[in-house]
Amino acid sequence: MDRPIRVLVAKPGLDGHDRGAKVIARALRDAGMEVIYTGLRQTPEQIVNAAIQEDVDVIAASILSGAHATLLPRISALLKKEDAEDILFVAGGVIPEDDIPELIEKGIKAVFTPGTPTTVTVKFIEENVRK
Amino acid sequence: MDLIDQLKEGNKRAAAKLITLVENKMPGYEEVLKEVHKLSGNAYVVGVTGPPGSGKSTLTDKLVKSLRKSGKNIAIIAVDPTSPFTGGSILGDRIRMNDLNLDPGVFIRSMGTRGHLGGLSESTRAAVKILDVMGSEYIFIETVGVGQSEVEIVKNADTTLMVLVPGLGDDIQAIKAGIMEIGDVFIINKSDLDGANRTKREVEMMLDLSHYERRPRVVMAVAMDNKGIDEVVEAVQEHHDFLVTSGQYHQNRAVTARDEILEIIQVQTMKNVLENPEMNKELESLTRQVALRKMDPYTAGKYILDNIQG
Repeated sequence: MDRPIRVLVAKPGLDGHDRGAKVIARALRDAGMEVIYTGLRQTPEQIVNAAIQEDVDVIAASILSGAHATLLPRISALLKKEDAEDILFVAGGVIPEDDIPELIEKGIKAVFTPGTPTTVTVKFIEENVRK
Repeated sequence: MDLIDQLKEGNKRAAAKLITLVENKMPGYEEVLKEVHKLSGNAYVVGVTGPPGSGKSTLTDKLVKSLRKSGKNIAIIAVDPTSPFTGGSILGDRIRMNDLNLDPGVFIRSMGTRGHLGGLSESTRAAVKILDVMGSEYIFIETVGVGQSEVEIVKNADTTLMVLVPGLGDDIQAIKAGIMEIGDVFIINKSDLDGANRTKREVEMMLDLSHYERRPRVVMAVAMDNKGIDEVVEAVQEHHDFLVTSGQYHQNRAVTARDEILEIIQVQTMKNVLENPEMNKELESLTRQVALRKMDPYTAGKYILDNIQG
């Protein structure tokens, strides 16, 4: 693909810490992607709405608050409702291993937990984005 | 052309997809632009430009909120720079416009410059046309943070807002050529900071020395606190009325159309050279000769131009 991959880096919910989101935004930028960052405290509705207007290929949600089991499936459901399931939806942050299978089942394509090298995330996106 | 039909009905998804299509020059993009051009020309385009961190996004956010009270449909195109090294970018203007996100009468699209100089991206003009056909009554274009010479916005906007902040330099900066000449309205933002009055005075002095048919208004504002916003809206309206009554509105649009044609000639000529294998070979050999100083670039360029007809 010769056009840049467009990624929405999103912070759903109420945590106020976006260092991780900024690190990943920067890593994706350095991998040649166009990263749209929307800032802290976004609702699932805001995230999906922005993703559609920006026509992104990927949503990368960073979540540290513990509300992942509620907020992430809600984003999946909205993408489905908007007929936008072709957008690759990945998540990262403090998410217990035990919670991951359920998230994957609900449409989150990958979950990157603390310590994951950014190169792994970049590679996953490059290999799985819609062609 | 079913995306265009959807676009005409105001479908945002269709607009988003069409912008992607033209931005990436995907197959069929020229056909889309041909179609869209004829249907566009109804929206009023406001350019917002100024140095990095002067508050362009915040000001745009507040202006749009104010205009939304009258029920106007509004689109925003926010341009941020693309890395010249990796081709990547971080488009962060939406951060300041979060409340607008869920307003059904607002559409926001971020664009990377993708190597284009001048403060906009190559596809900004195309995106404006698409959003125009979608039914936007106002389209705001927020440029990248500009330095001294990124003046392309004037060719794309009906009214250009120049956003300045206190403390960026003395009055000599204000009389230099370039971006200071392109404002239709000057906004001294963050005017609660020290030196705001001085900045205003310097801009006024610069305007004293200029020859304008209509002197641009200088407005003090604190966009973050919603101060001065009504005045800016009023100033935009004034400038709009001036353009219409003086006939400049149509004159400006004619200049833009001419520019657009010339730009296409330029791009197409380059394409004709680069996409023709024989011409490409010719170019290679001329390149060597010019590099070795056996030929000058003017003669080489003329040779190519004389030989690409047809």
